[in-house]
Amino acid sequence: MSARLRPVLLFGAVALLYLATAYVYGWNLTLAIVNMGLIGAIMALGVNMQWGYAGLFNIGIMGFVALGGLAAVLISIPPVPEAWAAGGMGVVLGLLIGAATIAGAVLLWKKLPPGKLRGLIIVIFLVAGFWLYGKIFSPAVSAVEAVNPAGTGFLGGLGLPVLFAWPAGGLLAAGAAWIIGKTALGLRSDYLAIATLGISEIIIAILKNEDWLNRGVKNVIGIPRPWPVPYEVQLQQDQGFLAWAADWGASAATASSIIVKLSYAGLFLMVLLILITLVELSWRSPWGRMMRAIRDNEVSAAAMGKDVTRRHLQIFVLGSAVVGVAGAMMTTLDGQLTPGSYQPLRFTFLIWVMVIVGGSGNNWGSLLGGMLIWWLWIMVEPMGLWLMQLITSGMAEGYWLKKHLIESAAHMRMLTMGVILLLVLRFSPRGLLPEK
Amino acid sequence: MAEPFLIGETMTGGYGGADILHGCTLAVERGEIAVIVGPNGAGKSTAMKAVFGMLKLRAGRVRFDGEDITALSPQDRVVRGMGFVPQTQNIFTSMSVEENLEMGAFIRRDDFRDTMAQVYDLFPILKEKRNQPAGELSGGQRQQVAVGRALMTRPKVLMLDEPTAGVSPIVMDELFDRIIEIARSGISILMVEQNARQALEIADKGYVLVQGANRFTDTGKALMADPEVRRSFLGG
Amino acid sequence: MDILNAIVALLNFVVIPGAAYGAQLALGALGVTLVYGILRFSNFAHGDTMAFGTAATILVTWGLTALGITFGPLPTALLALPFGIAATIALLLGTDRLVYRFYRRVKAAPVIFVMVSMGIMFVMNGLNRFIIGVGDINFVDGERFLITARGFREATGLAEPLALRMTQVITLVTAAIAVALLFWFLNRTRTGKSMRAFSDNEDLALLSGINPDHVVRVTWMIVAALATTAGVLYGLDKSFKAFTYFQLLLPIFASAVVGGLGNPLGAIAGGFVIAFSEVTVTYAWKKVATYVLPESLAPEGLMQLMGTDYKFAVSFAILVVVLLIKPTGIFKGKSV
Repeated sequence: MSARLRPVLLFGAVALLYLATAYVYGWNLTLAIVNMGLIGAIMALGVNMQWGYAGLFNIGIMGFVALGGLAAVLISIPPVPEAWAAGGMGVVLGLLIGAATIAGAVLLWKKLPPGKLRGLIIVIFLVAGFWLYGKIFSPAVSAVEAVNPAGTGFLGGLGLPVLFAWPAGGLLAAGAAWIIGKTALGLRSDYLAIATLGISEIIIAILKNEDWLNRGVKNVIGIPRPWPVPYEVQLQQDQGFLAWAADWGASAATASSIIVKLSYAGLFLMVLLILITLVELSWRSPWGRMMRAIRDNEVSAAAMGKDVTRRHLQIFVLGSAVVGVAGAMMTTLDGQLTPGSYQPLRFTFLIWVMVIVGGSGNNWGSLLGGMLIWWLWIMVEPMGLWLMQLITSGMAEGYWLKKHLIESAAHMRMLTMGVILLLVLRFSPRGLLPEK
Repeated sequence: MAEPFLIGETMTGGYGGADILHGCTLAVERGEIAVIVGPNGAGKSTAMKAVFGMLKLRAGRVRFDGEDITALSPQDRVVRGMGFVPQTQNIFTSMSVEENLEMGAFIRRDDFRDTMAQVYDLFPILKEKRNQPAGELSGGQRQQVAVGRALMTRPKVLMLDEPTAGVSPIVMDELFDRIIEIARSGISILMVEQNARQALEIADKGYVLVQGANRFTDTGKALMADPEVRRSFLGG
Repeated sequence: MDILNAIVALLNFVVIPGAAYGAQLALGALGVTLVYGILRFSNFAHGDTMAFGTAATILVTWGLTALGITFGPLPTALLALPFGIAATIALLLGTDRLVYRFYRRVKAAPVIFVMVSMGIMFVMNGLNRFIIGVGDINFVDGERFLITARGFREATGLAEPLALRMTQVITLVTAAIAVALLFWFLNRTRTGKSMRAFSDNEDLALLSGINPDHVVRVTWMIVAALATTAGVLYGLDKSFKAFTYFQLLLPIFASAVVGGLGNPLGAIAGGFVIAFSEVTVTYAWKKVATYVLPESLAPEGLMQLMGTDYKFAVSFAILVVVLLIKPTGIFKGKSV
C-alpha cells in the first residue's frame, strides 16, 4: 500500500464504520459518537505532541481534562454575589496566603545555607503559614458553602461566553503541567509518569471536595452553550425549522437534536484542524527541527548545547494545554461538570490507545485513532453482549455461568482495549499511520 | 610448531557498521602471558571481545585447546574454561566481596571453597574485607575482586581488559606481580594494557595493534628492544 | 491519666492503623522495586496484579467456606492465600511469556516497557471486572478483635478505648514473615544472590553464567506472592474493591521511590514513611490535644491538617519533595 493511499483508505474505512452505525442506530447516536471521537482526537493530539515528539510519558491525562472542565465552569457560570459577599474575599486571601507560604518556603530553601537550621526554619515557616491559611480560608469556605447549598453553595464563575473557557482550560492545564514538568523532567522517564499519575488523582480529589469552587460532587449543571450552537427547544418553536424538518421526513425532536450535534461537530472540527495545522507548521519550523534532533538523539543534542530538559518542559506544557482545551470542550458539550465521572481508564488510558493505534508522531494518526477507538469503545459493549449471548445460547435459562457471562459483557471493553494496545505495540508499534 | 593454546586467527568484524578489526591475530600459549598494546582506538579491547565471543566475526575463527569455538556464546566459553575481566563495571558493587566470588563460581555445581581459599591466598586483603560491599573498596582492591571473580571458575585462560586502568603505580606493580603469579600456576593470560612498557616487561609475547591489524608481534623483550616500537609506542 | 489517655488515643488512631497500612504498602512497594531492579521498569500493572491475586483468593475463600472449611479464629482467606498466589504466579508468568519476553529480546527502551505494562494493566483490569466485578467485597471472617474497645476500657479504667483488630495483627505478622523470607532468600540462597547480582550488573551477571530467563521467572513468582499477600492483607483490613487497588499505585510508587527504586530495604522504609505521613496528616488531632494541652489552650477546630479525601496528596507531596531533593531516594536506589 503506498504512503499516499494508506491514509485515504484508512480514513475511508473509519468513515464507513460511522456510516454503517448511522444505518443501524440512526444519525442521532452516530453524531454523538462523532463528537466525542473528535474530542478524543484532540486529547490524543496533545498527548501525541508529548509522546511522539519528545518521548514523554504522561499518564495523568485525566487531570488535565478535568482542569479544562473546571475552566468551563469558572468562565461561563455567572458569579454568585451572595457567596462572594459571604466569604469570597476570605477564600481569595486564604489561597494567596497558601500560595505565598509555599513560594516563601521554596525561596527560603534556595536562599538559606544548607543545614539543620534551614530545615527547622522552613518547617516553622510552613506551619505558621498554613495555620494562618486555615484561620482565614476555612471559615470563608464554610460561609460560601452555606449560601443556598442546594442551588449554589459556590462562588460561581465569571459569566463570560463559554468559548473563552476553551483557551482558559488550556491555560489551567498548562500551569499544572509546568509545575509537574519542573519537578519530574530531567529525571528517569518513569518518574514523569508517576508524577502525572499523582497530580491527576489530586486534581480529581480537589474537584470532588472543594464545594466552594465547583460544588464538588453536587455537580455544576446548566453550562451555557457556545455560540452558534442552538438549543433544541428554540429550534422546535421555529416555524421555518419545523417545515424544513417535515420536508426531510424527520420528527422535530430528532431533527433538532441532529442540528445541535452537527453544530458542535463543526466547532470541534474547526478547533481540531486549527490545532493540527499549528502543530504541523511548528514542526517544520526551526523549533520543530530542534525538537526532532533532541528526540532522535538526546545525548548528542545535549552535547551540542541544547537544553534538553527545557525543551521537554515546553512541549510537555504545550501538549497538556491542548488536552486542557479538549477537556473544556467536553464539559461544554456535556453542559455540566460531574467530577465523579472522571475515571483514569476512560480519560487517560483510552487516550493512550488512540495515540498508539493511530500512530505516534503522526497528527493525522491522532484523528484516525480518536475516531476509531472511540467508536470501538462505544460499540464493543453491544458487540460483547451479542457475543456472550451467542456463547451462552446453548446454556439453560437461569444457569449461573450464563448470568455471569451476560452481566460481564459490559466489562469486555477494558479487556478489548488492553488487548488492542498490546497487539499494536507488539506487531505494529508505529501504528496505523506511521510518522512520515 | 604446534598450534597455540588459544588463538584468534585473522579476525575481521565490528559492531554492526564498519569493521574495526582487519585480519587481526592474537594467540597465547599455555601458562604464558600475552599482552596487547597499541594506541587509543587501535581496537585492542574489541580484539579481546572478539576472542571472547562478544562480537560477531565476519571472517576468521577462534580456536581454544584444539577446538573451534568461533560459534560459542561468551557464557559457553566460560564453561569451556575461559575467564574474562571487563575493563569497567567488573564487580557487583552492592554485594560483598565473598558474594562476588560466589557469583563468579555460579556455573560450578561442585564445592568451590578450595578455589575461594586460593583466591584469598592470592589476594589476602580480600579475605580481610570479605563481608564488605565490593563497591566500598579502593580501586586496586576492586580490581582484585574482579580478577578473583573470574578465577572462581578455575579458567585455563584468563583475559584481562586493562586491569590497571585508574590505579596508582604502586598498586599497578602489585597487580602485575599477582598476574605473574597466576600465570605461574598454569593459567594463560591474555591482556590489554595501556601501560605498554611495564606490561611488555612481564609479557612472554607482545602484540602491537594499529587500526585493527597486527603491526608488530614478538616476544615482550624483543619488542622492548625494537627501536621502531620504542619510538612509536613506548615514547622513546 | 490524661497523658495515658492521649497515648492510647494515639495508639488507637495513628500508630496501629499506620503500622498496618505501612506493612501493606511495604509489601506492595517491594513488588514494584523488585520488578524495577531486575526487569528495569516501573510496573504500572502492579495495583491490578494485587487486585487479581486478591480476587483469586476471595474466590477460593468462598469455595472453602461453602465446603464448611474455616480457619478457626483466623480469616479463611489465609488458607486460600497460597491458591491465590499460585493463580497470580500463573498469570504473571503467562504475561511475561506472551508479552514482556519479546521486549526483553529486542532490548526495548524502559519507557516502552512502562507503556506495555499500562496495556497489561488495562487487560488485568478487565479480567478482574470479569471474574469478580466492580463492587465492594468484604471477605473477612473469624474473630474480629483481639482487644475490643469495651474490654480495654473495663480492664484499664481509661476513658479512651483501644481496639486491636485481628486483621491488623495478621497484617503485621504476615508482613514480617514475608519480609523475613524474602531477605533470607535474597541474601542466603544461590538463586536469590544471582537475582541481586543480575540487578546490580546485568552484563557481568550474564558473563558469570547466570541465566537471565531463570532470574526473571523467579522474580515474577516472588512478585506474585508479594502482590497477592499485600492485596489480601489490605482487603482483609479494609475491604476489596478493584478500583481502590488501582489507586494504591500512587502511594506504592511513592514508597518505592522514597526508599530508592530497586532497593528492597528502602521499599519497606518507604512504605512506613508514606503510611505514617498519610495517617498523621489526615488524623484529627483534637482528641489527643485535649488530653495533653491545658484547658486554656484547648483547640477549637478538629486540628486536622488535611481531609482524608486528600490522602493521595500526601504521598504525592512526599514524592515531589524526594524527586526535587534526592531523586535516588533515602536509601540509594538504582538510578535517576
